[in-house]
Formats: sequence, C-alpha cells, structure tokens
Amino acid sequence: MSLLAVENLEVRFDTADGEVCAVNDVSFSVEPGETLGIVGESGSGKSQVFFAVMGLLAANGRARGKVRFRDTDLLGMPVSQLNTIRGAHLSMIFQDPMTSLNPYLRVSKQMTEVLVQHQHKSEQDARRIAIELLERVQIPEAARRFDQYPHEFSGGMRQRVMIAMALLCQPDLLIADEPTTALDVTVQAQILDLLAQLRDTLNTAIILISHDFGVVAGLCERVAVMYAGRIVETAPVREIFYRPQHPYTRGLLQSLPRLDADDHQELPTIPGQPPNLQSLGEGCAFSERCPLVQPHCLTDRPLLRQIAEDHSKACHRDLAA
Amino acid sequence: MNAPLLSVRDLKVHFPIRVGGVLQGRYKQLKAVDGVSFDLMPGETLGIVGESGCGKSTMGRAVLQLIKPTQGQVIWLGQDLAKLGAKQMRAKRQDMQIIFQDPLACLNPRITVGDIIAEPLRTFHPDMTSAEAKSRVQKLMQQVGLHPNMINRYPHEFSGGQCQRIGIARAMIVEPRLIVCDEPVSALDVSIQAQIINLLRDLQQRFQLSLIFISHDLSVVRHISHRIMVVYLGKVMEVADRDALYTHPRHPYTKALISAVPLPDPDQERAKQRIVLSGDLPSPLNPPPGCVFASRCPIRTELCATTPPVLEERSTDHHAACHHSE
Repeated sequence: MSLLAVENLEVRFDTADGEVCAVNDVSFSVEPGETLGIVGESGSGKSQVFFAVMGLLAANGRARGKVRFRDTDLLGMPVSQLNTIRGAHLSMIFQDPMTSLNPYLRVSKQMTEVLVQHQHKSEQDARRIAIELLERVQIPEAARRFDQYPHEFSGGMRQRVMIAMALLCQPDLLIADEPTTALDVTVQAQILDLLAQLRDTLNTAIILISHDFGVVAGLCERVAVMYAGRIVETAPVREIFYRPQHPYTRGLLQSLPRLDADDHQELPTIPGQPPNLQSLGEGCAFSERCPLVQPHCLTDRPLLRQIAEDHSKACHRDLAA
Repeated sequence: MNAPLLSVRDLKVHFPIRVGGVLQGRYKQLKAVDGVSFDLMPGETLGIVGESGCGKSTMGRAVLQLIKPTQGQVIWLGQDLAKLGAKQMRAKRQDMQIIFQDPLACLNPRITVGDIIAEPLRTFHPDMTSAEAKSRVQKLMQQVGLHPNMINRYPHEFSGGQCQRIGIARAMIVEPRLIVCDEPVSALDVSIQAQIINLLRDLQQRFQLSLIFISHDLSVVRHISHRIMVVYLGKVMEVADRDALYTHPRHPYTKALISAVPLPDPDQERAKQRIVLSGDLPSPLNPPPGCVFASRCPIRTELCATTPPVLEERSTDHHAACHHSE
C-alpha cells in the first residue's frame, strides 16, 4: 500500500476577484522510503498541494478530493485527530527557516514540545533525544546551543534545526518545501547531503518541492512537473531529464543556463508567461506558450495519460524522442 | 588594447557598527568591501559572484558612488569620481545606471510605466519635448520586449519578468555606457529568467554596453559574463576569464562553489565529487586575521591563519588570492 495517495485533489481559493483554481485534478502516490520531486514555477500550485495534504490551507482555501495517508483519509479530518498524525508520522519543513521557528521560544522548548505532545516523553528524555538529533544534523556544540533562541543561529543552522525538529518522531514521510532556496550554495550542498543521508539511514520517504532542477536531479527518484495547478508530466528522474516528453518540461530544461556549458549562445526560451489561474480556458493551460500547439489544444484539455511504463504526460502531441 | 571604461583601485567600504550597550557602546568597522581592484573594458561583462553578505552588492553601489567608498579610487575614463562635485557627478550618472533584484519594488506604484521610463530623461534632458520623450520611450519599450501600447499602465499590472523589462528600459533610456545589474534574474521564474538574460546580452551587443553583473547563481554568471570575480567576505578570491575560471579554478573557495552548484543532470549530479565546506560564513565584524576563507578552507595551513594572501597573477589574466593554489 502506498504511504501517501492523493487522488483528484482540487484546491480553490475565494478571493475578492473571484475563485482561483490553484490545484486541479492532481493525483499521485508516494511509496515508503521513496523520494519524489515536485517541480514547477511560482503559482504552479506545487506548495498548495501539500498545504492541503497537511491541513494548512489559508482560511479562504478549500480542498476537495482524496488524500490517504496509509489507510486514513486526511481531508476533512477534525484538527484534533489530524494533530496526532502531522508532526508524528508526517512532517513538513518550509523555505524560510526563520519565519517557521518561533522567535520567542528557545530551540529546546520548540523541540521538546513535539516529543512531549506526540510521544508523551518526559521532559528529560525529550531533551536527550532532541540533542541527539541536533548532533545528527551536525549542529556543532548541540548541547550548549540547545537553549539558545532561533536568532542566535545562522540561516543554514536554522534549517538544520527545522529538519531535526521534523524528524523528532521519526516520521514516515518528510515534505520539504524549497528547503534550500533561502540558503547559499555551499550551505545548500550541506543540507542536501544531510537529507540524502537521513533518507538512507532512517528510510524516511521525502517529497521535495523545488523550482531548482539541479536539486531535484541530485536527490529524487521520481519527478512530477506541475504547470498551472496540474501535473503535466511524471516519470522516473532519468526519464524526465534525458527523455522529457511534455513540451513544457523540455522547454524548461533547455532554458536553464548550464554551469558545465562552454558555448554561450542565446538561451532557448519559453515565450510568454504563466497563465492567470482565475481565467483558465477550456483547453491546455500551456497552449499559448507551446511550440507544438494545434487547434484542438485550445479547446480540449489533455488528461494525464500513460505513454510508457511509469511515464505519464498531459499533452495531446507525441514528441519525437 | 583600448583604455578601460572603469578602473577601480583598492576600493574599501567600511561601515561603523555599534557593538555593546547603547550608552557606552563602541564602534567597530564592518569591512563590507575591503581592497577590491579591477578594470572594466567597454563592451565587457564582469560577473561578480559570492554568497550573501560577501559585499558584492555594496561593491556595485560603491562603484556608482551610491555609497561613499571609505577609501580607494573609482576612475571613470581617467577621472576620479570621488573628486567630482555633486553637480558634475550627477551629470556623469547618465552614463552609469543600475537595475535591481526585486523588479516590482524598484518601480513607483503610483506613476505609469511611460512616466517611470521617461523619468531619467526629465532629469538629464529637461528641455526635451514630451512628444520626443514619448517616442523614445515607445521605441525602447519595443526594444526590451514590451508592447508600446502598455505605456499608460501601472507597475502592478505587469508580471515580474515584465517589471524587470521596465527596469531595464528605465536604465537604458539615457543611453548609458555601464549598467550595474544587481541580481537581476534572481527573483524570476526559470522560464522568465532565460528571457531576461537573453535581453541583457542582446542589448549589450547592440549598444556596446559594459555590464557589472552581480549574482549568487554561478550558472547564470557563467552564461552572461566575459570575466568573473569571486568574492568572499569583502575580498577578491579569484578573477579570471569565465571559461578559465570554470575549467581551471585555482582558489579552493571557487572550487567549492562550483562543485556545490547542483547540475540539472541526474547522472552527472550523482557522480560528481562535491567539496562540502564545513560551517558558515564568519561574521564580517570579526573576520579571521589571516586569509578570510581559512576557517572553512579544506587545504588551510598555519600560514593561512596568520598571513592574508595577496591576489596574484597565476597565469595570463588569471588572478587568485591563496597561499596554496597552484
């Protein structure tokens, strides 16, 4: 049985300008110990999918569909019951480690709280376990720093604290939403190594949400590409990078400036800009930017269809390989 | 060889920072930029890379005299900018413009795009007729990929990429010779980033512009620059031609930076040997006494802890500041 199975998830927001369809008909699953990458640009809905999964949608947001974690349906679950699952079996880390830590509370308080709440540990045991975890995520002098406040840690250190906090109850699934975007590249490298190491030693499944194809290439086994609130392509990581089948995936990969490229020609680009989610038409949301567009793309929305074993895309056209 | 457009010599920007109590506090110097020198040729792009807090943005602003340098010279076509009076400096600003990271924040939300782009014209050419200004604005909008009929719209009606195009048009309208680009694509999505990079390259070639391109993204910098300077804690670690820098980096920091960039290629990314630096950037208030990079350097020795290395030419036009680089 899949660890997490999302079926036909929709997320809608009521705004003053009308309804925004942030996530449309998204389905995917994650197996125990697997690493799934979700890539997409801003506004593609990649974060909202997981805010819906975790029950963290903004007050004007509504989610419909099915989100099964093992055999329990998370959508519509009362908060009290949800709180026994999230943080314990399912945890999430965010892009900005400063705003997701409480600046008024010592790190020790924020960490031990998790264990006391979920596993009814004594304060003493909780401290011991938390310090061990801080050491595991390579915080130097963890025991001494344990009682400091978040502002006394650097950005990279705060993200380590967040990761340690997310792992306190040894969750089966860690959702990492752009965990390294706010960090410098040398610190990013440290955090990515740490995530890979934790996955390998603890067998935690990881969902990595990112706009950075490089980060996803290094860590993930499977990748889903999102555009305008839908998954447009999903496949194993090597398929996505070496044989992308959706024109959007292909266009994105080609438009990346490459560190290892020594020609400095003009970059291929995707013309135009992502569509407004308030006024999505009938057809394919990518059609107005697509180099392969045909008349029926404008009227007939493509559904995600399987094109090879474990490789699906939402596009009417078949691309030459 | 023609003369450089801009020569920067031993540029230092130090900020006094109060440490300790409010009443008895004393001031300490934060050395944001500490002894940087370089030349910039007409039509050349110099990339400046470094991590947050390394002083790269301060450097860009000090070159334009937007922050007054503590020490050192910025020589523009043979003239020391620090010696110019306010009025003369203002006239010079026509030749040197800047574009910023956050494309929306740097545009006045209350005036139309046409007025935003025309504003430098009103400063530098007060006697230009408004019809002439308007036609210049429209022509430029076309050149940067904005539809001229959007001239009466306001900044919030544009996307991030379009706002960046407006910022570029505003910088270009006075036909400058130098544009300092401070992280111009960092806030943009991948698919838009490539559009803006291409636009900058295209404008540069068309108008023989010189660019100082400040970024933390090494892939972008490699793509757009002719020469690249790597900065750490206010000091230059290495300067070289872009290809030499990436194929034969000489400084251990440059090597670590390059190896840390995740490649969008699963096989290469997983096979490559990454040099993972330990720790974080040291506080610029208490930089290490010797080499500023020594606290994180994988090949440091005792010498590095005590003696700062000098930026020296290691091969033609390839400078590195390290005691142990080959």
